[in-house]
Amino acid sequence: MKTPFYDIHKLFGAKMLSFYGWEMPLQYSGIVAEHINTRANVGLFDVSHMGRFEVKGSKAFDCLQTLVTNDISKLNDNQALYSPICHDNGGIIDDLIVYMINRQKFLVVVNASNREKDLEWIVKHSKSAVIENISDKTALLALQGPLAKKVLAKAVIGVNLDQLKPFDIAVTNIFGIECIISRTGYTGEDGFEIFFDSSEIDIWDKLMQVGSRFNIKPAGLGARDTLRLEAGLMLYGNDINENITPLEVPLKWTVKFDKKEFIGKEALLTQQINRKLVGFEILEKRIARHGNEVLMNGQKVGFVTSGSFSPTMKKSIGFCFVPMHVLPNQLIEISIGDKLYKAKVNSTRFYRRK
Amino acid sequence: MLMIEDIRFTKEHEWIIIKDGLAVIGISDFAQRELGDIVSIELPRVGSRFGYMQAMAIIDSVKTSSDIYSPLDGEVVEINEELLEHPEWINQSPYESGWIVKMKPSNMQAEEFNSLMTTEQYNKFIGEMKKEKE
Repeated sequence: MKTPFYDIHKLFGAKMLSFYGWEMPLQYSGIVAEHINTRANVGLFDVSHMGRFEVKGSKAFDCLQTLVTNDISKLNDNQALYSPICHDNGGIIDDLIVYMINRQKFLVVVNASNREKDLEWIVKHSKSAVIENISDKTALLALQGPLAKKVLAKAVIGVNLDQLKPFDIAVTNIFGIECIISRTGYTGEDGFEIFFDSSEIDIWDKLMQVGSRFNIKPAGLGARDTLRLEAGLMLYGNDINENITPLEVPLKWTVKFDKKEFIGKEALLTQQINRKLVGFEILEKRIARHGNEVLMNGQKVGFVTSGSFSPTMKKSIGFCFVPMHVLPNQLIEISIGDKLYKAKVNSTRFYRRK
Repeated sequence: MLMIEDIRFTKEHEWIIIKDGLAVIGISDFAQRELGDIVSIELPRVGSRFGYMQAMAIIDSVKTSSDIYSPLDGEVVEINEELLEHPEWINQSPYESGWIVKMKPSNMQAEEFNSLMTTEQYNKFIGEMKKEKE
């Protein structure tokens, strides 16, 4: 499958990869350069492979409030929130963002890997809300980095971007074309995500043009992964899946037990938690990968869910499951190939923007 | 003693040049492009011996980890220790400052060396790989 920007990626010299069936740019100039430019200036990401559903009608609110573990009753119009959706047993089906345009109209953005599964799940629990899959008729770009606001200010007229707080939405125009802008992202930087009709691919070139004086560079999925890892953000399929609950990973804050009901509440209330996801830094120069074993005193105690090189800190970092008693700065060992490497336990959040 | 100055390639994308009786070994430009940003390397110890196509070093790029294979039977006599601090040299200069090890061939015959791919053969080989990918 291809996003509307496939030809543009090729034109920009992207090295492509297949990501859950999507032909996506892995990198253009290089993962490290794209990562550093997004932290220093601004990066433009095509994330049109993600699923986008509208949930509409008088039952839309009830439908979504029952599905998500977070509490959408706290949203005002034009605000968004992040939440897992879970099975009855608490296992995470997906993590997503719910955008409330108003009480009768929501936009839900889900992982590319879970598009079909999520749509089926939401339709099954629709409570007669109207669900429309708008993934193919819309495109989604992410503009991320400290200079993202300056770039977008050149493209959007009539919206005061300073008043658009994190997770706020504006239904507006970009270069005169209808769009939705949200102050959200997956990089740990300030930034925006822009939804618009999939025929309007010129928006990419126009953003590159107005962004050129701010050093805008396209960035691929490779940089997106290292950016989110440094920022402590979960990646579905790597760090979370249906056998993991939000209480075992740093997503406790998204589970609102004071809500009357949501799918998975009973199971999560009574779950015995005996592992937790932490960050780690390998003290030697090797990179851990998903699935590597974690050991303490020669005993296997957990496994790596994500590992990569941190371009910001120039260190080998990652996330892994460990028993509950493990504390920050404690030493663990990670098995890579046939050798053990010492690592130090850290919070999952390695990077915090100033 | 072998006196072959030109370069040969393996199917695993190592290159080898024989100079003054020693084999200088690295990875090809195609390989470094495929790996992307290289961020660390684990080198063998000087004095260790490796057989033909035995794994002797490991390169980590941001996206992936790969073994580097010995293109010949021999003993490591020198390693490029500067790569430990500057693994990116393999990206920037795979045939010069990005060399990885020098080995003393235990018994390398010209025939064995010539069984590896010439530049022309290697270019054809990677051309076919690229075609298959598309």
